[in-house]
Amino acid sequence: MATPISTADVAHVARLARLALSDEELDQFTGQLAAVLAHAADIEALDTAGVPPTAHALPIHNVLRDDVVVAGVDREEVLAQAPAAESGRFRVPRILGEAP
Amino acid sequence: MSRSEWEMVIGLEVHTELRTATKLFCGCANHFGDEPNTNVCPVCLGLPGSLPVLNRTAVEYAIRIGTALHCTVQPSLFHRKNYFYPDMPKDYQISQYDVPINADGWLALPDGRRVGIERAHIEEDTGKSTHVGESGRIHGADHSLVDYNRAGVPLVEIVGRPDLRSGDDARIYVDELRAILVATGASDGKMEEGSLRVDANVSVRPRGAADLGTRCEIKNMNSLRSLGRAIEYEATRQITLLEEGGTVSQETRHWDEGTGRTSTMRSKEDAYDYRYFPEPDLVPIVPSEEWIRAVADALPPMPGDRRSAVAAAAKLAPDADPVVTVVRLDLDSLLHAAVAAGADGGLAVKRLANEVASSLERAAVLDPVAFATVVQMESRSALTPAQARTVLKDLLEGGGDPAAIAKAHGFEAMASDALADAVDQVIAENPGEWERFAGGEDKVQGFLIGKIKAATGGNADLKEASALLRGRRS
Amino acid sequence: MTANPAADIAGAIRRGEKTASGVLEEHLARVQAREPEIHAFNLVLEENARDTAAQIDAAVARGVDPGPLAGVPIALKDNLCTRGVPTTCSSRMLAGWRPPYDATVVARVTAAGAVAIGKTNLDEFAMGSSTENSAFGPTRNPLDPSRVPGGSSGGSAAAVAAGFAPLALGSDTGGSIRQPAALCGVVGTKPTYGVVSRYGLVAFASSLDQIGPFARSVGDAALLFDVIAGHDPADSTSLAGAPPVASAALEHGVDGLRVGLVTELVGAEGLSGEVVAGTRAAAEALASAGAKVEEVSVPATVYGLSAYYLIAPAEASSNLSRYDGVRYGHRATGAADITDMYIASRSEGFGPEVKRRIMLGTYALSAGYYDAYYGQAQKVRTLIIRDFEVAYQSFDVLLSPTAPGTAFPLGAKTADPLLMYLNDVCTIPSNLAGHPAMSVPWGAGADGLPLGVQVLAPALGETVMFQVAATLERLAPAAGRKVES
Ligand SMILES: [Mg+2]
Ligand SMILES: [Zn+2]
Repeated sequence: MATPISTADVAHVARLARLALSDEELDQFTGQLAAVLAHAADIEALDTAGVPPTAHALPIHNVLRDDVVVAGVDREEVLAQAPAAESGRFRVPRILGEAP
Repeated sequence: MSRSEWEMVIGLEVHTELRTATKLFCGCANHFGDEPNTNVCPVCLGLPGSLPVLNRTAVEYAIRIGTALHCTVQPSLFHRKNYFYPDMPKDYQISQYDVPINADGWLALPDGRRVGIERAHIEEDTGKSTHVGESGRIHGADHSLVDYNRAGVPLVEIVGRPDLRSGDDARIYVDELRAILVATGASDGKMEEGSLRVDANVSVRPRGAADLGTRCEIKNMNSLRSLGRAIEYEATRQITLLEEGGTVSQETRHWDEGTGRTSTMRSKEDAYDYRYFPEPDLVPIVPSEEWIRAVADALPPMPGDRRSAVAAAAKLAPDADPVVTVVRLDLDSLLHAAVAAGADGGLAVKRLANEVASSLERAAVLDPVAFATVVQMESRSALTPAQARTVLKDLLEGGGDPAAIAKAHGFEAMASDALADAVDQVIAENPGEWERFAGGEDKVQGFLIGKIKAATGGNADLKEASALLRGRRS
Repeated sequence: MTANPAADIAGAIRRGEKTASGVLEEHLARVQAREPEIHAFNLVLEENARDTAAQIDAAVARGVDPGPLAGVPIALKDNLCTRGVPTTCSSRMLAGWRPPYDATVVARVTAAGAVAIGKTNLDEFAMGSSTENSAFGPTRNPLDPSRVPGGSSGGSAAAVAAGFAPLALGSDTGGSIRQPAALCGVVGTKPTYGVVSRYGLVAFASSLDQIGPFARSVGDAALLFDVIAGHDPADSTSLAGAPPVASAALEHGVDGLRVGLVTELVGAEGLSGEVVAGTRAAAEALASAGAKVEEVSVPATVYGLSAYYLIAPAEASSNLSRYDGVRYGHRATGAADITDMYIASRSEGFGPEVKRRIMLGTYALSAGYYDAYYGQAQKVRTLIIRDFEVAYQSFDVLLSPTAPGTAFPLGAKTADPLLMYLNDVCTIPSNLAGHPAMSVPWGAGADGLPLGVQVLAPALGETVMFQVAATLERLAPAAGRKVES
């Protein structure tokens, strides 16, 4: 079994998921996640050598669409839903780093 | 250690946009330069509840690319690459991860060296941010504005193996790859418009070492020239660092065209963990044998094959400049037509790479048979090289019959005995120079040829004239 | 109330015996009377519904058939996109968001003549089993307002149980249709994965989510299933070809059918004695109606809960990344840069259960843990599919309890997530396998509240599943409390 999840793990995961947790939440979530992961110890212990993973329950493949333009949505309708827009674009606070 | 004791190891990742009518997973137009956010829909905006459906033509283009790069085309899956960034509408990119559609191929450089291709996989492009503020750049911007017209445009990412050894190598590789991509019809290969983007993994090691050094990934090169410069700068930076006893840390670095330097893009504690997992909204692609074969059969000849054919016709090396030029400028069909009509391949390639290449916009209207005729006339000395160039120029400008053009210019090629008479006359009139030439002083030949040219009013075949001069020497 | 209220309403309206407007007003009157207490809806679409009903009446007057759901009020779970109509997923994150498009199922029921009466409450982003995790307050069980209706489609189940609408649509990722159906004494169906389009269903866990019907009867559930089932080119996981027909064999009985009572699910962790007894009684009733009933082991189903609580949060962690405050939904004010804005918006917008699952899923996918958790859970999924395959070589359908007990009091399980997750222990295996399953009311517990029994079938086995469910409905003991008079 993997080592139990720590508050440091939970803090790291919260950062990856772009969530802020108070110290109290951090403790509470750590305990709760640990309980769920402890329940999952039954499958962790299972010998699954040679068993392929299932990502899709359905055995279908090659679902393809023709390369034909279809009308999209109206820009004004979409921008009206945006928290902030400017010059036909979505406005966001400053970006500190380049895309990965 | 001196610079020459170090070896650079370079592997390139090239992203190319595909020339489909629509985006990868939705029916929005794949079109550069439109008003912001006008080619968008619930899918490419990542609206809640929307789902992707794969574009068949994008898959076909990917298969074309894989086939042209001698890859194995195989059943593949899409994964999600998770990271937060405003130009990524779903905050994950749908990409291929451990099972790409194309794996394990190679690209031959013009000189014959092979560069390994690890994979060429399908993925979606991101949107584009504009940074608002005094600098207009990301740093120091006040805020940014996002346009999703490009979000979801199909890309193929071609991951090359670290087989390149210099900035020049890298430029030649990208140049060749671009030519191949354009030849497949899958890409327009425009680096300036961003439809072809190159990232470079650069490391250095002592020459002869087997292990690879720590590599840095360099981004933001937007021309072949900056690619070469960035690589050379980065290698020098790493060598200097190592020679000073430092170590290279694996990181992504940003090339600044203005300063000619690379710099760290982000701090290490912000390391990414992409949490790849199979995309549950899409099903596997399993291209049939027939599909793969049909795509391969429909591919036109690739630039390398075309260069080989030109080289064979011209009896030159495949990476000889005129051969490369003729193929790059798509003049090889003219060449092959001329050769089929009886022209000399070597001479035809020379005329194509020089005269025809320099008025390329007229080349499309050049009649191959007329071109072949000019080359033939020159080959059998019915025209001197200078005359042939003049006739060709007229032909490019206004078409017509080469013989008639030559006649109109008064280009009556000299009969061989007339030329011989002229040679003898010049020898008689310039005994001093002739003595020296006959005595082995080759540099006087130019003087004598000049006299022959003058004596024949420019109509002499100068190559034949010098052969005659040398013949009379012994 | 009649046996098949939706079918009866549609029939009467198509024959001109009733008007859609009249039917709608009857239902709106019930909503007005009890909705303040129950809170089944996030939004009642009074005006839109009146317009639609009037259009249907006009169509009938012109001699145009409005379709098989003519004038039938339908409640839509508030995670189904409705064009121009707020779709919130019961989350502050999406409060006020108006989708620019309709979900495929919404378009289908509308085209079949149904009248959308409202958007129903749910556990935030469908994460929960009690509808208490709603940013807009819990839904109460119409049969006993001190109890939960189950979840996550608690609002849809309550709307049908309270007589607000004869039909409702819900979504089921791990039991979110079947468990609330059982707790509210109605019929709830999770179709085969890929039979009903997910386009326009706000994703929770994409490889498990399916939309399905709630109804007061098996016949009505079949009617709605047959309207929403079928291929949709907008969903890559939608199955091609004609879907199974749910209403094809409702009257056929079960003579000669082979029914397997699943050992591991009857013996699952945390089931109450009366639930087990009820399920055994249902099995015996089928046997006396001519079915060959035997117990059958489907061993890997014991791992279902563990696998589910890794796979579903993992997919959810990725599906919910897009709620970042850039393009729609909640954005925190005052953030200095984009990362601060993401963190503040998401921390303000999501409730605790959603955060818990996002973190659990992020952890299960993160570097170093993928193989042990997510990868292993996917292999368990394979084992469950294989074991079901073996069982279905000998049985036409399988039988199990739906939920561990009757409806529980509000607040009873909110402090212990794992206890709450155990609600899904019997329903999860069908989601992992992609198989259909449905809950049919079967008597009542000692508290007088309804019990449900679950019928499971192999992929695309809806016809026989509904056939068995219809038989169970005919044989079921009298229910305890009923809400309608
Ligand atoms: Mg990439
Ligand atoms: Zn789109």
